Amino acid sequence: MSEVDLAAQVLDLVRTLSGPGTQAEVLVERRTLALTRFANSYIHQNVADTTTTVRLRLHRDGRTAGGSTTLTVADALRDLVQRTAAASRLCPPDPGWPGLAPPSPVDEPVAVDEDVIAATPADRAARVRAFVDACAGLPAAGYCRTAHGTSAFANSAGQSALGATTQASMDGVARSTAADGAARLAGPRLSDVDGAVLGARAAAKALAGAEPIELRPGRYEVVLEPLAVGDILQSLALYGFNGKAVNEHRSFVAPGEEQFDESVTLVDDPTGPGQAGLLFDAEGTPRRPLTLVRAGVTEAASNGRALLGGASWGAVPQNLALLPGHGAAPAEVPGPAADSSVLDLVTGVRYGLLVSDHWYTRVLDPRPLVVTGLTRNGVWLIEHGEITRPVRNLRFTQSYPQALAPGGVLGVAAYSAPGASHWDLASYAAPALRLAGWNFTGGVSG
Amino acid sequence: MSEFDAATAAVEAALAAGARYADARVMYRRQESMTALNGEIEELVQDEDAGLGVRALVGSGWGFFAVPDLGSARGAGERAAAIAAASASVAGPAADLVPVPAGSATWASECLVDPLAVPLSDKGDLLVTATAEARRAGADLAEGLYHIWDTRKWFVSSEGHRIEQHIRECGAGIAATAVGEGETQRRSYPAFRGQYGTRGWELVDELDIGAHATRVAEEARALLTAPQCPAGQTTLILGSEQLALQIHESVGHAIELDRILGWEAAFAGTSWLELDRLGRLTYGSELMNIVIDPTIPGALGSFGYDDEGTPAARRYAVHNGQWVGVLSGRDSAAVAGLDYGGSVRSDGWARLPMVRMTNVGLEPGPHTLDEIVAATDDGVYMENNRSWSIDDKRLNFQFGCEIGWEVKNGRLGRMLRNPTYTGIGPRFWRSMDMLSGEIVTWGTPNCGKGQPGQIGHTGHPSAPARFTGVRVGVRG
Repeated sequence: MSEVDLAAQVLDLVRTLSGPGTQAEVLVERRTLALTRFANSYIHQNVADTTTTVRLRLHRDGRTAGGSTTLTVADALRDLVQRTAAASRLCPPDPGWPGLAPPSPVDEPVAVDEDVIAATPADRAARVRAFVDACAGLPAAGYCRTAHGTSAFANSAGQSALGATTQASMDGVARSTAADGAARLAGPRLSDVDGAVLGARAAAKALAGAEPIELRPGRYEVVLEPLAVGDILQSLALYGFNGKAVNEHRSFVAPGEEQFDESVTLVDDPTGPGQAGLLFDAEGTPRRPLTLVRAGVTEAASNGRALLGGASWGAVPQNLALLPGHGAAPAEVPGPAADSSVLDLVTGVRYGLLVSDHWYTRVLDPRPLVVTGLTRNGVWLIEHGEITRPVRNLRFTQSYPQALAPGGVLGVAAYSAPGASHWDLASYAAPALRLAGWNFTGGVSG
Repeated sequence: MSEFDAATAAVEAALAAGARYADARVMYRRQESMTALNGEIEELVQDEDAGLGVRALVGSGWGFFAVPDLGSARGAGERAAAIAAASASVAGPAADLVPVPAGSATWASECLVDPLAVPLSDKGDLLVTATAEARRAGADLAEGLYHIWDTRKWFVSSEGHRIEQHIRECGAGIAATAVGEGETQRRSYPAFRGQYGTRGWELVDELDIGAHATRVAEEARALLTAPQCPAGQTTLILGSEQLALQIHESVGHAIELDRILGWEAAFAGTSWLELDRLGRLTYGSELMNIVIDPTIPGALGSFGYDDEGTPAARRYAVHNGQWVGVLSGRDSAAVAGLDYGGSVRSDGWARLPMVRMTNVGLEPGPHTLDEIVAATDDGVYMENNRSWSIDDKRLNFQFGCEIGWEVKNGRLGRMLRNPTYTGIGPRFWRSMDMLSGEIVTWGTPNCGKGQPGQIGHTGHPSAPARFTGVRVGVRG
């Protein structure tokens, strides 16, 4: 049975079992995920699964409940409706119920990549082989992943939507005794994932990390590569432009205020380059590109229907992109910078650090979004526009919005790397950034 | 088709397709969670998921495939074997499994009050009342939650295992947030995301979250005007909930054998521990006795058998400060030359079992918190986690806590806001000079690891303890 048919069947069951006055919304998601994982230069975990999840939320007599099942036989769907209806009757009233999304057109689904859908374990293993071989004897670790899904939404107000996505990704490190070098890419097409290119990039970075020096903690000018900027975007999405956090005054976000450097424009765009987002949200509302920050001025946060009605349901930007600057198309370059758009930023730095990636970043102080975390997969000293030597990893404690505040951004690279950071269908497209200051509060070794 | 029949069919199909070993888990899990905000129910969700996951070993390559439909069990076994065969194209060293006695068994966690049978109205009233009270007492945001998991597993292996388990888990908590000028302050009870165990609703009843609503709200508001935690090096006393997370991050993950072997190098990371120093490395002071113990009744990381069919067993990870044990699985133990697994679990039927923490925690020390404070001339006492971060070798950590108090001349003094501390794992543990015997086994319901990501449930016996020469007050 198709996802659309399943959603319709559940709505029919709601009408039959819970009565005509019940408001209901159904989301059916069918996902096939395959992930080939390697470590110590061999495949050690190799998995695949297919799952269909039926999610139901219903509202009756002022009360709301939700539920889901991965079982799609008739009895299980009937049970889902019955127990969710029973739960709603026993719940306290829900004065914040925003109502269902009204019928409104959703854009046609983005074309999926048939190569991702047809990818075999051998296809993924071949990319792993290429990555490992390109590491030229350095131990390699990482994964190659293919995923595709179909989602169907329907509600009792007449809204319906159908979407499909494909995603291929590879994320790996080459490991030297002193440092790891990382390369990562995610996008909607399998042909984008070239294990040899990524492996060579990871190896070049690892080799450039030999014999790192210790550097005193302190405030340094930095060039953050796309992997590290992807982490910043993820934190901004989860804790800053999350509509629930804004509504509850837990976020720094203040629409109308000049909170960022004028070089910063942030867009939540499921159709952006390299993105593989759905064109509707979990409540069936069409998703279209939403500008959150335009030339440094905050315009909006991400809102679900209930937020629009003043209640507290959350919404997080799923496909946040920091728009790149202007310049020549990037080229692969030798050395740790790897990409000419990164190197363009490095040349402007008199004394500072090139940071590849962030690790284990957590919010220390929610409102100003002070985050602590560590550098990972390569840090290098920049002196007079040249990358001179590797540096041991450092811990930082830094307010992310403060780092991007007016005057804080000294350069935005011309190339935005898709999938610099991603989980499931959420992904972040990030160019490298040159920032005036970054607060390093300790060295990894103490 | 029964669950055991489906699992057996999957294993047989994998063997027929060329696997030299196979195992399969059928799992059925129901979850229920409710959240409340400022005296109103915010969300109620009831989920169920069910399916079968089969793991096959072909040559030295593993393959795993999962399906929701038990009728597809044979096909799943064949797919797992085919995936394993593909692994062989980038093959590693020969894979072996340390022996585990096979046989049939059943096990169930202790549960006096079935949490799914408690009326929703009662559960809702509990959260509504507690959050309304916290709101009245000054919280701008008063949140409450509970979560229930009810999991049944049927495990079959090609070596003859046939194990059925029923594990019920639940827990609850409340939190109060006060919003100030440019900052927020939060206090929670009993832990920052609640307290959980493999127990019935009696655990939630014992927590009595409503009785703490006023206190957490008042403390959150008071924190807005409390002085900042001073920066510097000092004596640090940690409450047991914060020390539980310290154990989790700087000991539990560090002793995972898959990390030590480099299997998690690209994502979760490795470990500062090197296998050739097992039994010969000083991890902490002599007060430090860390036990791996999935047999603790009611603890969140407890089970009868892990997801490879290994019976739960207690063993030391750190004994009198010396590193002596690891968390391992049958294959990682074989690679490392060890003779025990027992710590392999999966987050549901669709995920590959992997090395996970069970219950990892401290044995009690000789002191009490009151004695520790009384013995401290100058220091800081911190409670309840707010933030955690640690490097990929599990050495350099930085934690933030919800609240602190200065300690002067053996007494608690002023409340301190935004307390943080940072350090290097073994140096920190070697500085532990006082440890309380007031053990609480804290449950951590959100331990992330693996690709695809898996969420693990772990338990951590912990007690207040004192550490010397710790850097505190790190700020951005």
